Amino acid sequence: MSGLGRGWRSRLRLLRRNPPLRMPSTLRELGILGMNERNGDYISIYNKRKYYPLVDDKLKTKQLALEAGIATPQLYGVIEIEHQVRELDTILGDHQDFVIKPAQGSGGSGIMVIGGRRGNQFLRSSGVSVSRSELEHFISNVLSGMYSLGGLPDKAIIEYRVKPHAVFDVVSFQGVPDIRTIVFRGIPIASMVRLPTRQSDGKANLHQGAIGAGIDLASGCTVDGVWFNSVLDSHPDSGNAVRGIQVPDWQLLLELAARSYDLTQLGYLGVDVVLDAEHGPLVLEYNARPGLNIQLANQMGLRHRLEKVRAIEKIPSSAAARVALGQELFGEG
Amino acid sequence: MKDLHLKTLALFLSVVAIALCFYKTERLGVPLTPQSSAQVWTAEATVRFDGQDRSAKINLAVPKAPPGFSVLDENFISAGYGLATNDLGANRVVQWAARNLSGQQTLYYRVVLTEDSDAHRDRTEPTPTYPDIPEYSDPERAAVFTLLDSVRSRSADTASFAHELLRRFNDPTPEAEVKVLRDESSDATAQVKQIQHILAGARIPSRIAHVLPLAGSLRHGSLTPWLEVYNGERWLAFNPRTGAAGFPADALVWYSGDMPLVDIEGADNASVQFSALRTSRDVMGLAQQRARLINSDVLEYSLLSLPIATQNTYKILLTVPLGALVVVLLRNFIGLRTFGTFMPVLIALAFRETELLWGCILFTVLVALGLIVRFYLERLKLLLVPRLASMLTIVILLMAGVSVISHKLGMEHGLSIALFPMVILAMTIERMSIVWDENGPKDALLSGFGSLAVAAVGFVVMTHPLAEYLAFVFPELLLLVLAFTLLAGRYTGYRVSELWRFRASARAITNKQ
Repeated sequence: MSGLGRGWRSRLRLLRRNPPLRMPSTLRELGILGMNERNGDYISIYNKRKYYPLVDDKLKTKQLALEAGIATPQLYGVIEIEHQVRELDTILGDHQDFVIKPAQGSGGSGIMVIGGRRGNQFLRSSGVSVSRSELEHFISNVLSGMYSLGGLPDKAIIEYRVKPHAVFDVVSFQGVPDIRTIVFRGIPIASMVRLPTRQSDGKANLHQGAIGAGIDLASGCTVDGVWFNSVLDSHPDSGNAVRGIQVPDWQLLLELAARSYDLTQLGYLGVDVVLDAEHGPLVLEYNARPGLNIQLANQMGLRHRLEKVRAIEKIPSSAAARVALGQELFGEG
Repeated sequence: MKDLHLKTLALFLSVVAIALCFYKTERLGVPLTPQSSAQVWTAEATVRFDGQDRSAKINLAVPKAPPGFSVLDENFISAGYGLATNDLGANRVVQWAARNLSGQQTLYYRVVLTEDSDAHRDRTEPTPTYPDIPEYSDPERAAVFTLLDSVRSRSADTASFAHELLRRFNDPTPEAEVKVLRDESSDATAQVKQIQHILAGARIPSRIAHVLPLAGSLRHGSLTPWLEVYNGERWLAFNPRTGAAGFPADALVWYSGDMPLVDIEGADNASVQFSALRTSRDVMGLAQQRARLINSDVLEYSLLSLPIATQNTYKILLTVPLGALVVVLLRNFIGLRTFGTFMPVLIALAFRETELLWGCILFTVLVALGLIVRFYLERLKLLLVPRLASMLTIVILLMAGVSVISHKLGMEHGLSIALFPMVILAMTIERMSIVWDENGPKDALLSGFGSLAVAAVGFVVMTHPLAEYLAFVFPELLLLVLAFTLLAGRYTGYRVSELWRFRASARAITNKQ
């Protein structure tokens, strides 16, 4: 009887210390940005709808980035109509590895990463072998709009497969870690790296079990990681520390992110960059509606930072100056 | 102020909605809650007389603003007669006139009334003069004053005086003085007149009110005399038999005073008969009639003027905004995830036929079966559009199969599955399977049950009798819904799901600080 009572009481104490719901006032105080506020006060105001197609269509993004001198993975070819699937061989040429993805895919869906070829057999990065006909079927699906926003007919992009920089090797399981930076009015305000785990099946998606680790804007060093809503020190697969990893080419990366604002004209922008072993930071894609998970990874709310930037009257026109401003305002030193 | 423009717009819409709604309830009497019918009385006075081959004038007293009722319609059925109505103080008289009448003649006066609790107005007209004390005969004089003195000592005002007098006058074991005054053989009218005669001794103005009791269906009825006493401000009614205050329930005050009910010049043998009939009438019909009486076009141009079949369609359509409101609340304020923005509303509409429990069961069964087939189709590597077309075919076949099987099992609810929006279901199954593949079964099931939950709540709201009624009869209230959804469009606070989602961050940030 007493044991039962104690259990009940301790559970209650636990519940009080860690309630399942937080008061809105608590979240507000901590500066956490909610979905409605993001949509209503930032995206709908700072992102003009006419600029959306630039980022929603990765092919357009790539072309614009190329013109502006922003590095992206090299484009091997585009398949626009069903008939062109036959030209796959010409497009692929000698490339042993490549990535196929929909030009207007959403949320990282419909991406096929091929790590090697053996005749008509293609090896996916996960190790699964795919036949040529399966590959063609996948491309057909992409063209028919299965993975695109609104289900409209789409194009399939075939591009360079990123060889991840060795820096994150110790804390990622397969896949390619990517670095997401939120750029508000051209100023980088927060950054995180998403590290694939065995659980996330090599995908850099926090929701599916990837680790999100905040990055200090000033130094480019990772802070604690967050995995499924809880803070963790070490990678669940390798056991290596997530904290304190210095991202190489950090200034360059932030500058890429800041310049992306000039390119896209989107005031509230998510910039996804991957670190390639040979080519350095490459912009993978832009997101006009970047998610809120970056707050989890950084263990900090975006509101205060957004409000600070919103209050700035004159935003510097040069990307370098904006990076410096972001680092000065939000870096921990 | 933030979003001033939007707030002004929302306020404007709300004011318009509430003003229109107020006008309809207050001026036209459209009820705010669904009532299928209201009591309507049709009272009729039939005047019969014999013509004398010369011109005749027939004056008939008719109701004027009867307390407790509002008049919906009046008819004076009198072919070949000149017609005029005159107001005479508290009364109204209709005058029919004709030349060269012969043989038996019949005239009708018909009034259609509805009970109206607002119509319990005070009767103040006419202001009477205080009567002189009559010259009583000798034995009578002593009895009257003894009675009045003892009544006066037991009363405080005119009302209690009249009540006490009536009580004593009708006492089954009367006191000596009452015995002298009471004439058992006289009729009801004469009795009331006798009471008036006594009241005049106390200089209290009084009159006879002639009321028509409206019980069930009345034929060959006649007026009952009632006593009214003036207390200096208004006329108070008393039952002359018991002294109870007020007019009886379901009684129509026809006229009051000593004037004759019917007054004929140039004809003989006049008689008046009354009949009354109670019917139930559609409340909306009543409101429309009232609107016509006060020349209001509001209901003339309302949905009620449409053909019934169209009306029935709008009855359902007008609840859809409420379903959309539920979607807004559950998605933007609570944070539930659904497949497709308004898919749950369409499912909720289908629930109208299946009812809630069976709707949920059928939906779950159909989606589950569809998913199984969809996972099989995945292996066939079909292109998107043919695959969707196949899914649509399969969903329809599944629906037919479920109907047949449930019919064989004697579960007639299974038949209503036919009303499910099959295209929407096929798309839902398609999207669910993609989410299943890409984000795992947890996400797919979460969104699936989210959709079902929103549909269920939407169904409950949309089919609530009050909601259905208000949306149809007061479509302007949808402007209120619109105003709210517009405001919700600028709600930038947290969703309930986010209070849960960010609980770990909140803890971590708090610890860090």
